[in-house]
Amino acid sequence: MSDEYEHKLEAKSDYTADASNVGASDIDAVPEAEVADQELYHSHSWWTTYVFSQDAKYIGVQYALTAIGTGLLGLVLSWLMRIQLAFPGLGWLEPAAYYQFVTMHGMIMVIYLLTALFLGGFGNLLIPLMCGSRDMAFPYVNMLSYWAFVVAVLVLLASFFVPGGPTGAGWTLYPPQAITAGTPGSNWGIILMLVSLILFVAGFTMGGLNYIITVLQLRARGMTLMRMPLTIWGIFTATVLALLAFPALLVGCLMMTLDSMLGTSFFMPAMVSLGEKLSYDGGSPILFQHLFWFFGHPEVYIVALPAFGIVSDLLSVHARKNIFGYRMMVWAIVGIGALSFFVWAHHMYVSGMNPWFGFFFATTTLIIAVPTAIKVYNWIITLWRGNIQLSLPMLFSLAFIVTFLNGGLTGLFLGNVTVDVPLSDTYFVVAHFHMVMGIAPILVVFGAIYHWYPLITGRMLNETLGKIHFWITFVGSYAIYFPMHYQGFVGVPRRYFEIYDSPYIDTSTLLLNQFITIAALIVGAAQLLFLYNIIVSARLGKKSKKNPWKACSLEWQTPQMPPEHGNWGKETPKVYRWAYDFSVPGAKEDYIPQNVPPSEVTGAKVEKT
Amino acid sequence: MSKSKGIIKSLFEKPWEKDQIAIDNEHQGQTLSLSKYKVGLRTIMVVSTVIFSLFIVAYSDRMLVHDWRSMPEPWLLWLNTGVIILGSLVFHFTKLASDKDQNDKTKNGLYLVGFLAYSFLIGQLLAWYQLMSSGYYATTNVANAFFYLFTTLHGLHLIGGLYFWGRTTSKFLSKNSKVEDVKHSIELCAIYWHFLLAVWLVLFGLMLFT
Repeated sequence: MSDEYEHKLEAKSDYTADASNVGASDIDAVPEAEVADQELYHSHSWWTTYVFSQDAKYIGVQYALTAIGTGLLGLVLSWLMRIQLAFPGLGWLEPAAYYQFVTMHGMIMVIYLLTALFLGGFGNLLIPLMCGSRDMAFPYVNMLSYWAFVVAVLVLLASFFVPGGPTGAGWTLYPPQAITAGTPGSNWGIILMLVSLILFVAGFTMGGLNYIITVLQLRARGMTLMRMPLTIWGIFTATVLALLAFPALLVGCLMMTLDSMLGTSFFMPAMVSLGEKLSYDGGSPILFQHLFWFFGHPEVYIVALPAFGIVSDLLSVHARKNIFGYRMMVWAIVGIGALSFFVWAHHMYVSGMNPWFGFFFATTTLIIAVPTAIKVYNWIITLWRGNIQLSLPMLFSLAFIVTFLNGGLTGLFLGNVTVDVPLSDTYFVVAHFHMVMGIAPILVVFGAIYHWYPLITGRMLNETLGKIHFWITFVGSYAIYFPMHYQGFVGVPRRYFEIYDSPYIDTSTLLLNQFITIAALIVGAAQLLFLYNIIVSARLGKKSKKNPWKACSLEWQTPQMPPEHGNWGKETPKVYRWAYDFSVPGAKEDYIPQNVPPSEVTGAKVEKT
Repeated sequence: MSKSKGIIKSLFEKPWEKDQIAIDNEHQGQTLSLSKYKVGLRTIMVVSTVIFSLFIVAYSDRMLVHDWRSMPEPWLLWLNTGVIILGSLVFHFTKLASDKDQNDKTKNGLYLVGFLAYSFLIGQLLAWYQLMSSGYYATTNVANAFFYLFTTLHGLHLIGGLYFWGRTTSKFLSKNSKVEDVKHSIELCAIYWHFLLAVWLVLFGLMLFT
């Protein structure tokens, strides 16, 4: 801040000394609200309070619990697959069951856990609170969104109980095999999967409408876009991506449903199955791949961008330092979001595309690494000479940076066509996407839950249990995924339900598989500790102070904690600064919340970022 | 000071600078000076546009394969196109009438819009019937399948619009309500009607010329 401003501030405080309030009210002046306060829906019955709630905070928790519950099923499925891979001699799983579990595990983790948790869960909880609004723009539509998600999950789970079981086509659901006899669940399972996805997209669109409009139109006074916490920027941009990308999934699902049920030939080529010529003709399976990945790649960033945003806030709060390069961070989020629509075919290098096409997508893929790398540098510079508190959210954030970097570096290998061709469909790919899209965002989820749990329950999670959970999860996930890189290099193919005693597969592979499985079982079991912590701490945890982490952003500044219906009591907050005024020289405390007027912190010098 | 400024432009603000702080403290919390309903409608129209565009891309890609047999357009589709154009026009004049607080004109306009929309839907079903009775089933050729898919999706969009038309009309008809109360809804529905007209013209044109 320039001297002139300080001078002015001093002059103002002189006025206050004159026993007149003119000074304070002058520098704190905020024009009268021109936008009418939001009308709130007030529930009247048990049902509308606890089940069909229209309060975004409550819907957020509902979303999160449903997503985590579904995710646990995904976790159990991964255990079953790992046991099969490590001990193929046991005959633990039939091949069909293995493929069904692979498919359901992938789809559950990507869509029904991560997307729903970041956007439905954290989006609903944090958008109104961090933006200083009373609720979402359309609370009723928001409620519908959650219940559409519930129905989508139920339809998905129902596929376990239909004849033939769930689909085993792989989470990419490529036709023609997805709907051809011989693939597990090619009749009922795939239909239920497609219907469930269509419902999910419909539900998400209703939610996404709310997130976008609330962020754009219903912020508190003084909260400009460039004063928003990066969490909101991440969730907002991810929502925009989702609204533009999910239609591609919807289109693909609709056309495949018709191919399967009516016998149209959108994606189904002329083919012979079980010695019989099928009635399909001329359809293009590659078209489905393009549609799927036009959704599928932005989907990676739909999960990653909220994680980027949240981790930026966690690092800043727990290092007591403003985020380095806020503007650049926002630009990087927006830039990654825009670029994510131009990289999809790097998932299809071996599909027989024109080599120039592969060249184009390899180039864009490398370009998208630039803003991503900027973010990583900025996180590290944020930590530089910060007052780092090794609290649980910080530990998880640090683990995220390392893991994301790791997954990002293997991405450079896979993004280059020539390097990718020998590596594609090996365990190297499995290791890459689990590191970058599985472990990294999940670490942020954990960090975020440890961070915001007091905001929801008013109690802290147990620190010791949390530390045990952290170390087992962090070290354990490396024990699982590091060896997979090696397996990929020696050529172990993915999606095989057992690795045969083949001269081409090194014997060390089997030993590694057993090692990985044991690590996976331990890491999975450690999550039970986390669940126990969450359940028990809700009742018995240490009572949290108001704003326990001394954060600046608005969600901790509500009159009550946990915040009540309508969030802000009588008047919505007024915002005077960004969300990162930590350790400001001259200020009494080492943080200045966003809604503290300048008159209360006259000595503080605002630093340039 | 609810002046709206482009989102892109605001990305270049420096929120830590003194001049910017003064400007930011005046900010009212709204990015665009539009009602939340209008922003919602625009978002929905963008999402729908993406959906239809992807279908058009799929159509153009699939068209190149040897088995493609173009479908004849029944004359009924021309009539339906006329009806939907008329519907859009009437909605436009209804909106103008509601702007001038003309109660009766607005009411009649809303009735007529509903009648035309339902006629369009029935017309589309009849076109289906015509095609099917001459043997153009969805399974016969993928060009037919695209036709049924397009008309169904467009019809579903119109049914969604009719839901809001119904809400607006019944609100207008209820006691003590004036044009004032439904002006904004009428404006939004009219925009949506024009959007659906545009979508139909593009889809119909696509099928006509290929």
